[in-house]
Amino acid sequence: MDRKQCCVKLSVQPSRGLVDEKFVVLVQNAFPGFQLTVHAHHQCEDGHGWEAFGHYTADATGTVNVSEDPSLGGTYSGAEPMGLLWSLRPVPGSKPGLRMRKKNVQTPMEITVSVYQGHQTEGFVDQVPLTGVVVERWYMAPGVQRIPISEDGLTATLFLPSGPGPFPGLLDLWGGGGQLVEYRAALLASHGIASLALDYLTSKITMETGKMVDNQYFETAYRVLQQHPQVLGSRIAMLGLSFGTSVTLKMAVYSQVVKLRCVVCISGSHVQPVDGSVEQILSFFHKNADKTRFNEDNEAIWRDLLLPIPTDPSLKVDVGRLQCPLLLVVGEDDQNWPAYESAMDMKEMMERAGNSHLLTILSYPNAGHLIEPPYTPHARASSFRTVSTRLKLMALWGGQTAEHSRAQEDSWKKMLAFLRENLYGGTDPGARSISHL
Amino acid sequence: MLRAAPPLLSVQPTRALVDEQFSVLVEKLPLACPVTVRSLHHSEDKDDWEAYGFYVSDHRGVVSVSEDLSFGGTYTGKEPMGLLWSMRPVPGSRSGLRLRRRNVCGPMLVNILVYSGHEGFRGRAPLASVLTERWHMAPGVQRIKVGQEGVRGTLFIPPGPGPFPGLLDLWGGGGGLVEYRAALLASRGYVSLALEYFSAGELQSADVEFSYFETAFNIIKEHPKVMADRVGLFGLSLGSMVSLYLASESTVVQPRCIVCISGNYCYPRGQMLRGVNENLRNRYFDKERVDENNHHIWRDISLEIIKDPAEKVNVSKISAPMLLVNGCDDQNWCTVETAEDITQMMRAVGKEHLLSKLAYPDTGHLIEPPYSPHFRATNFIVDITKKKVILLWGGQTKPHSDAQEDAWRKILSFLQHHLYGSPTLKARM
Repeated sequence: MDRKQCCVKLSVQPSRGLVDEKFVVLVQNAFPGFQLTVHAHHQCEDGHGWEAFGHYTADATGTVNVSEDPSLGGTYSGAEPMGLLWSLRPVPGSKPGLRMRKKNVQTPMEITVSVYQGHQTEGFVDQVPLTGVVVERWYMAPGVQRIPISEDGLTATLFLPSGPGPFPGLLDLWGGGGQLVEYRAALLASHGIASLALDYLTSKITMETGKMVDNQYFETAYRVLQQHPQVLGSRIAMLGLSFGTSVTLKMAVYSQVVKLRCVVCISGSHVQPVDGSVEQILSFFHKNADKTRFNEDNEAIWRDLLLPIPTDPSLKVDVGRLQCPLLLVVGEDDQNWPAYESAMDMKEMMERAGNSHLLTILSYPNAGHLIEPPYTPHARASSFRTVSTRLKLMALWGGQTAEHSRAQEDSWKKMLAFLRENLYGGTDPGARSISHL
Repeated sequence: MLRAAPPLLSVQPTRALVDEQFSVLVEKLPLACPVTVRSLHHSEDKDDWEAYGFYVSDHRGVVSVSEDLSFGGTYTGKEPMGLLWSMRPVPGSRSGLRLRRRNVCGPMLVNILVYSGHEGFRGRAPLASVLTERWHMAPGVQRIKVGQEGVRGTLFIPPGPGPFPGLLDLWGGGGGLVEYRAALLASRGYVSLALEYFSAGELQSADVEFSYFETAFNIIKEHPKVMADRVGLFGLSLGSMVSLYLASESTVVQPRCIVCISGNYCYPRGQMLRGVNENLRNRYFDKERVDENNHHIWRDISLEIIKDPAEKVNVSKISAPMLLVNGCDDQNWCTVETAEDITQMMRAVGKEHLLSKLAYPDTGHLIEPPYSPHFRATNFIVDITKKKVILLWGGQTKPHSDAQEDAWRKILSFLQHHLYGSPTLKARM
């Protein structure tokens, strides 16, 4: 029996973690100076294989600590504790344009982490590794409840945190691809916020009648959340990404019903026909479709559709009227929406109106459009079918993987702190002091 | 009606192996506020177990169980894992209970709760709670029932291509099939066979049983995912005795190393293992005591055994490294004195260097994986007679729990050194 094979020991702690929890990958008992590759493999729900790997050299004690030691090459380099997850990419031979998104949040993602001899870059599937372990990554913490909501014509899922409650609430809106995307709401509930993931573009009603929902749909969603016995009705936030930002800002500023404690907008814009319905806003974008550009890889760049930022006030949500804190998260390499330009314009509007103390902007160089929960793979471009046009093409989202992943990690942490501060803290008798975060 | 936001309770990680630490943090509390942090577990036997500590929030409204001091409850002081190791049955429970996980395929669910105030917290609704999972099996560990060649047990195989070192996992005189330690050892990289060797009417004599253990050892050794020359023995109490006997007398069982927890070495030649306890008690009935609670102390019986070489396993024939782990307050067996005697026997033949001994003060007989609750005395069915008594195991909760934590770390390190270590290290003689 090959003596080298018996020595190497691999541990990943925790072996069952939440998607946004860090882990420590430790290789021990290798020969000092031994060259090895630490490799991660995941088969997603669609059956596609994803992999990431780093090249390491064992130290004098025969140890590699992925959290501390630099990777000398692979899908990530440098000291990157979570590189094995955020640098995951489709295995060679995969079809192009893939994006990893978990649909069933009640089961974990299973990642196989292995150690291979030498610094390898391909052919992992044909070899037997020296050692391997299985790691689970969960979107739902134990005790979190998943409750499908279909009352009042809504297509939504409510995630309640573990415990007696009551909890602050949050409305979670994704973008122009539609569908009911649950994983972010599940993760937020794992952090103590009752979160409602809302499908507002491909809801059951829209699919059956062919008609887009109106403003009332969102107010109904807000009401359902507010009136839930385990939700604190006076502590509700709204979170929108991409087109979800358009809806969120609209509700935050103009709705008489929706009263928000705070708002988070990721990779979006305030540019829209003011007081337009969802349908009207989509038409507005579609009117500018001729501004679509294509790069040399035939990937669609849509950021110009809303540029230049209009000066006409009827084409921008009047954020000067906002009365609650707003957190904007933007990637400076966003090729899909002019999020950075919009953020700058919103800042200017709020400074003129005198409410800019409510505004926080997190702007990340070389980050793209899809700023998602941390330690999940970055897609610089992927297949996309807009709800309005039904055209399927390759959308360029932007971002450079390492920096985009850092942006995801940093923005998630700051977003959680922002939500905690505003939803758990704030004006109450016996006021609490500032969160140590 | 405006309701206040509850405090924010977070446990990290929420899913862990039973020998992993967690951190419990309570935020958004009122400042300088007395709170109780409590753990609650509903066992498979339908008993409720709890632990709790009394804390006071700081100027930021934060209580950190890892950093702050508990001023009362089932543990005091700075104890990050006190909510687990100091667990005990809730008031009003049946007596003599012991917490031992049967279904290792699923986690132990432990609820962590926060209450306002200290005394009287049970009468109040919790402010917040978080459910946590404590697992004996890591993801990817395989559990395989063994039934070949008459051997009864469960094999646990780590994930990965292997091959791995192996371990034969032997519990004590309580009998039955106890899987959780083998599951945990597999989660740490060892193919482990939890062996059942006590069952009514099956094994008729200790010598017949001898071949039973040899067969079990071979099952591990010959498994395609096991390195045949790196199989060890891991025993507690009577299981330690079996380990020592196999290592000294068997030509088939040649362990790479041996771990003996709370071990004895009294081998009942020609008799049933099942009857060993009753046998001893019959012979030395005047040495059996009960304490003020009518808990049975068997320790003094064992002191008699040490005096008679005919009763003892001839440990001087053992050529494998041994780790002996004992508690100084063991009321069931004089394990520390036994270890000393073993040392003498090994010294006499120049093999003392094979021995490592750990003796923990105020620690009892049942030295289990870390953060398991401590049992000073529990119900025990005395084998053949089926008589139920309460046996005194000994130990004081805090030092015993420290011993469990320290011993486990040292056991894993010992196993890694001897079973995973480079072949150029000290070889067997």
